[in-house]
Amino acid sequence: MHSRRRFRSLGTVIAAFAVTMCAPPSPAQAPPRAPDYPVRPPAPPEQVAHGQQVFRSNCSFCHGSDGRGGETGPNLVRAQLVLADQQGELITPIVQNGLPAQGMPKFTLSAADIVAIAAWLHSQPLSDRGTPSTLDILVGNAKAGEAYFNGAGHCAQCHAVTGDLAGIGARYEPKMIQNLIVSGGGGRSFGRRPAGAAGPKVPPTTVTVTLPSGQTTTGDLDHISAFVVALREPDGRYRSFARHDSVPKVVVTNPLQWHIDRLPRWRDADIHDLTAYLVTLK
Amino acid sequence: MKTATLLLLIPFCLPNGPLVGQGLAPDAWPTYAGDYSQRRYSTLRQIDQTNVRHLTLAWVRRLTAGPDAGEGSWFGPPPGPPAITGGVAEQPVTMPGATSGSPRLSGSILQVNGILYVSSPDNAWAVDALDGHVLWHYWWKSRGGIHIGNRGMAMYGDWLYFETPDDYLVSLDAKTGAERWHKEIADFTQQYFSTTAPVVVGNHVLAGTGDDLDAPGFLQSFDPQTGDLQWKFYTVPMNKGDPGLETWASLDAARHGGAQVWIPGSYDPATQLYIFGTGNPTPAYTAMLRAPRDEHTNLYTCSVVALNVDTGKLAWYYQTSPNDTHDWDATQAPVLFDGMFAGKPRKMVMQASRNGYVFVLDRTTGEHLLTAKYSDAANWAETVNAKGQPVRNAAKDNTVAGSLVSPDNGGATNWHPPSYDPRTGLLYVVLREVYAMYYLTDKDPRMLVGLGGSEQDVVGSLGTSIVAIDYQTGKLAWKYRLTGGSGTGLLTTAGGLLFANDGSGSLVAFALRGRRSPVPLWHSQIGSIENAPETYRVGGRQYVLVTAEGALYAFYLQ
Repeated sequence: MHSRRRFRSLGTVIAAFAVTMCAPPSPAQAPPRAPDYPVRPPAPPEQVAHGQQVFRSNCSFCHGSDGRGGETGPNLVRAQLVLADQQGELITPIVQNGLPAQGMPKFTLSAADIVAIAAWLHSQPLSDRGTPSTLDILVGNAKAGEAYFNGAGHCAQCHAVTGDLAGIGARYEPKMIQNLIVSGGGGRSFGRRPAGAAGPKVPPTTVTVTLPSGQTTTGDLDHISAFVVALREPDGRYRSFARHDSVPKVVVTNPLQWHIDRLPRWRDADIHDLTAYLVTLK
Repeated sequence: MKTATLLLLIPFCLPNGPLVGQGLAPDAWPTYAGDYSQRRYSTLRQIDQTNVRHLTLAWVRRLTAGPDAGEGSWFGPPPGPPAITGGVAEQPVTMPGATSGSPRLSGSILQVNGILYVSSPDNAWAVDALDGHVLWHYWWKSRGGIHIGNRGMAMYGDWLYFETPDDYLVSLDAKTGAERWHKEIADFTQQYFSTTAPVVVGNHVLAGTGDDLDAPGFLQSFDPQTGDLQWKFYTVPMNKGDPGLETWASLDAARHGGAQVWIPGSYDPATQLYIFGTGNPTPAYTAMLRAPRDEHTNLYTCSVVALNVDTGKLAWYYQTSPNDTHDWDATQAPVLFDGMFAGKPRKMVMQASRNGYVFVLDRTTGEHLLTAKYSDAANWAETVNAKGQPVRNAAKDNTVAGSLVSPDNGGATNWHPPSYDPRTGLLYVVLREVYAMYYLTDKDPRMLVGLGGSEQDVVGSLGTSIVAIDYQTGKLAWKYRLTGGSGTGLLTTAGGLLFANDGSGSLVAFALRGRRSPVPLWHSQIGSIENAPETYRVGGRQYVLVTAEGALYAFYLQ
């Protein structure tokens, strides 16, 4: 599907997004953008609860107790007719007349009951697109992870469980630790961070520029293209240099280069084992 | 021949016209990709390797979206004409970039008879190609829909066509911007949204649409005069007995199976085939409900599909990601070209697909000729089957514990148009080699609707490059690493030049040197570039046109 990562504006997702990702709104902030698709006005909670009850007694045998499909009946929450329905006007004739060709019998339910079923169906979230996983991701073997850390993974060449990684299991949730194992952290916000959790401090990417005169300038890389390289010197001074072919000479040193070079070589099992090990460092 | 005459002839000449080989009209840019082959190779050569260093800004025009765009102010954009308003919404939604502010100009721009036709979600403009003067501005009152982009307009004589995020096909009078008609082309309640550029072939306006929930995909053909529907081709089985139904777990699964047509196709006049790509199956991130067994390949998702343009009947298809679980849609431009393959002359179509593999097919029959991996990073498949299709490695699906997968969701490439240079036989593609951890967010597959059920955290990148793919071998002739992280499409010219967004805010002209790495000769830092560069000739001068941050930039030799 279309390329840009984005959050769907389905009611529940918006709510979850707003709660987890946004600071409390301040008057200065722009109003939240309109949902992409019209949102039905919410039905009274008692009507929704009644609808669920009627659905469970009459419909769940085929459509599943949550309406998302059972052994014989399709998922109704996102059925085309249910999406088009507003307040039961399209659902009612189906329930009352059945769909004999598809094996659905008719039901003698009151109009109010069917409208309540519709209200309950419409209250169900369509898709959790953009919602982070809350499942337990820990499947690895901590002992194997420790062996990998000190052996085949060569992690101990740069990291120490009593040094930079001390207490990491208490600082971050397991999924973030796992993402950090692969990304190494860094300033590009690789890896999803829970609100308020600062990433680990990673040394900046540095660059050394050598002019034809032999004069060199070294600092933290600000930005680089084929035409310009810019840096901050240790005293905070900003410097930029035009680049033409291979002049001046530019050497970029990324402290996370090991993690980048590692990307094509990881085995998922080793990542999982390392995660299981690092979460024990509390 | 004057462009006007040529364009008028298009509807009548195409079935017999040998237009693919020569390009449609070298001076103009009358359709999405400049011509029907989607090569984005221009025969113009006024700008070439010897003089491109003197390329300079001819004009810049900043556009403003929405109903008040024409008012301007003494510190804002220059006043333009008041917006002509269309649309059906009684209470139109407010959407920065569509109802106000800077539009996202990520589509193709038509150039016919010296006039540019520009579109963005809910907005369309006519602009003088000589100086950027705005002739008219049309604004559509929207009832909503995902406003992610608009890929451009189509033209038939003096009539223009574009799609809106709330699923209308709108036809305008090119002379005045007045609306001729609008037709609803997809059901808004099913959460369709329409971004693609229509393509006019003969007396057909070919219009795809999109959907990020799980509605069925289709391509429709409309009458250019009346907007009446001529035919509709569903890209998934919709009824018992439909071909391909055996590749789905159930009819219900197929009818919610996706396969949206959200990028324009190519057209081969010799066979009258319209060749386009289809999107991912839904639910995107689990095959359990739609494809529990190997034979459930979920046709025609993730496929290159060829239809007869007059009847809408299927001629052939080729699926690039059977039983996909990563959103590897195959909507990328199918590029048409002729050449030798394994010692035989062939008419071919080539697609560098989102999944990191490139495919070469015989475009007359759909016969598979070649598959190659053009992304070193792509790791979701371990083998390629006898049909040339990558075979998904289930261990690299979304998993509860997390799987390290490349590409990330953006794909090895995406909507960004590639370019094929017939003189080198190389297809130039912007390649992203990004990795993400793919997490399954729910163990119950019934909860995974549409694009739900997956958390994808980008954890690193080998970088973004322009690669040159040899169609005869699938091997890379060269790989040029960009410093920036994204591209927006490519253009090559007979002047031996490749124009590209370097992902760092510059439009760059590279000298192509055959199979040797290209050399940047010229660049201009204009900000975040939004579309693929184009070229055309007006008033005897060749221009290069690109958009950045809501503005058009036109370059020429002074």
